[in-house]
Amino acid sequence: MPNTITALTMPKFGLAMTEGKLASWTAKVGQSVQQGDELADIETTKITSSYESPAAGVLRKQVAQAGETLPVGALIGVLADADTPDVDIEAFIKNFHADTPADATATPEANSGEPKLVTVGEHTLNVRDVGTQAGTPLVLVHGFGGDISNWLLTQDALAADRRVIAFDLPGHGASSKNVGTGTLTFLAGVVSDLLQTLKIEKAHIVGHSLGGGIALTLLRDHPDQVASLNLLAPAGLGKDVNADFISAFVESESSRDMKAVLQMLVYNKALVGRRMVDAVLRARRLDGARDALRVIAKACFPNGHQVDDLRPVLAGGAAPTQIFWGKEDEILSVSNASGLPQMIPVKVFEETGHLPQLERATDVNTAIATFVKDPEAALSMARMDATA
Amino acid sequence: MAKKSFRQAINEALRQEMRRDPRVILMGEDIAGGRGGSAGITDAWGGVLGVTKGLWEEFGDDRVLDTPISEASYIGAAAGAAATGLRPVAELMFVDFVGCCLDQIMNQAAKFRYMFGGKATTPLVIRAMYGGGFSAAAQHSQALYPLFTHIPGLKVVIPSSPYEAKGLLIEAIRDNDPVIFLENKVMYDDEEDVPDEAYAIPFGEANVTREGDDVTIVAIGRMVNMANAAADELEKQGIGCTVIDPRTTSPLDEETILESVSETGRLVVVDEASPRCNMACDISALVAEKAFFSLKAPIRRVVPPHTPVPFSTPLEKLYMPDATKIAAAVRSITSSQKQKVA
Repeated sequence: MPNTITALTMPKFGLAMTEGKLASWTAKVGQSVQQGDELADIETTKITSSYESPAAGVLRKQVAQAGETLPVGALIGVLADADTPDVDIEAFIKNFHADTPADATATPEANSGEPKLVTVGEHTLNVRDVGTQAGTPLVLVHGFGGDISNWLLTQDALAADRRVIAFDLPGHGASSKNVGTGTLTFLAGVVSDLLQTLKIEKAHIVGHSLGGGIALTLLRDHPDQVASLNLLAPAGLGKDVNADFISAFVESESSRDMKAVLQMLVYNKALVGRRMVDAVLRARRLDGARDALRVIAKACFPNGHQVDDLRPVLAGGAAPTQIFWGKEDEILSVSNASGLPQMIPVKVFEETGHLPQLERATDVNTAIATFVKDPEAALSMARMDATA
Repeated sequence: MAKKSFRQAINEALRQEMRRDPRVILMGEDIAGGRGGSAGITDAWGGVLGVTKGLWEEFGDDRVLDTPISEASYIGAAAGAAATGLRPVAELMFVDFVGCCLDQIMNQAAKFRYMFGGKATTPLVIRAMYGGGFSAAAQHSQALYPLFTHIPGLKVVIPSSPYEAKGLLIEAIRDNDPVIFLENKVMYDDEEDVPDEAYAIPFGEANVTREGDDVTIVAIGRMVNMANAAADELEKQGIGCTVIDPRTTSPLDEETILESVSETGRLVVVDEASPRCNMACDISALVAEKAFFSLKAPIRRVVPPHTPVPFSTPLEKLYMPDATKIAAAVRSITSSQKQKVA
């Protein structure tokens, strides 16, 4: 039986990524690893994320060195059995360069993946639309002060069997900065208009934080447009929100201050790299961006209290819903997830902060994919698990 | 978001601010330039290196003013216009020409707020090219930002990339004090992603362009790119560098520099200005005074020799700080053995 040799290549976090920097190796040469074990930290223009082993084996060779920036798909290391001869490893590395195209790991997609500006009423929204046309589309709604890059590890992973749309909310990212009254009702109205503009009758909605509150409001105001809800640490289910975070997240001017603010979002503080901080600051500096966030903050959570109580929306069971929360969430406490109707599965992740879609990307993606494939079946499975 | 050159980024900042605020006007030598005559040419030059190209066509004679070759008169006029309600952006072409109009800058524009009891504001921007490496010889190659940094009442901005240039110039135009905005003439064709929208980068907030544990490198303007290149090379050899771009030498973000040195314990300052009384001296003094007990090694300055910038290309190359010289300075304070050998 020939020995198995696995190529470790520069991963692709989102379609916009063309190259990544190997920040550091976390596994040593000669170390045995299981599938899913962390091998290295990869830094992109958006985030530093861990590179998990695609298979079990021994890390035989680190082809790329720490600090090296390589195109997506480039060989960074080799995994093999302990008894694979070194000469085979060397031959593998030599041949890899010869016959593997640089985009070998790129996922096939129908669209280019470049975000486009779409006119929705008086708004210009930055929309990234990927995936195939089959199946009910899925729409990702980011949180307060976020943008489409919050779905860096989510959007393409869910696009295998349906259309997946991420967009910048008004006032955020590259969208126009008019946020009207800044209320959840207003923002949910914009999402409803966006769906109509994109000729989507009904969509699965994934909402994070404020985006979760928007998703719930959309279900309340436009129930016909919502096929199901996946909510990540959503707003609207409790009274308090971390007011210090909100004001510092809007007002911080320096990289030093913003880094400290962004670290509140995650459990693993090392995830917040210089480039992530820079990307957030760049969005904040655009004319009108800070004012837009101030309007939303004042309308939705003045003085650290949430204005909207959206628990009644979930009580009726108007759409199949599942909820995710990080146990160490410093922005919206995980206690918000208690006392919900029993039919709603709540997944709480250990050692996770306010961004489960980044810190627990694989788990979240798998759970969402399973859920939207057949929400009713997923719900009855969850009920069986709960009663077992 | 499109890739834009340093030149385009500056042009776009001027255009967007002129559209936003009718009080913003441009003055300078040949900033429209060369129009008229029998050939009917309009807007031929757009400045000596084409930075203001197309602005005269959009905004016309009232707002894009070609001036005589008389720095004393038009810089003085710009200072007066600023004090009386306009927001002029005056182009000094080469910063080396400041000798002809230093009184207007140093003793007039910089002092109005103070001499008139806080009742006058002077929202004036003076743009000028600086720097060596262009074979432009000693009278067109100086990096005179230390001269301006020395004068209270002026703000001094030195952008290190196209993104930085656009955001800092917009901030400069919106600022109510006289701002000296210095563009490195070697960088006009550098490109990077620059948002189409207007944005402002606040003054006095340093940018950290690399993160590492062993050495803090503070670099000014074009030297930031050199420092980044050195840091990337050193990282492969296991030496981690934090690179700090102060963005503005006045005001100076002391906190970011001191905090970083307190973590790394080592400082290298890279400055292409003449070595006596330059930013490298200023920042070294700051660290020696306020972070002395954090230092594990002597401070190193990577600066040119105290001589006019040579015209000869090989000599100019020898004169200018570069990535190799920066890396050597870093190694000299990170490897104690090497230090002994040296």
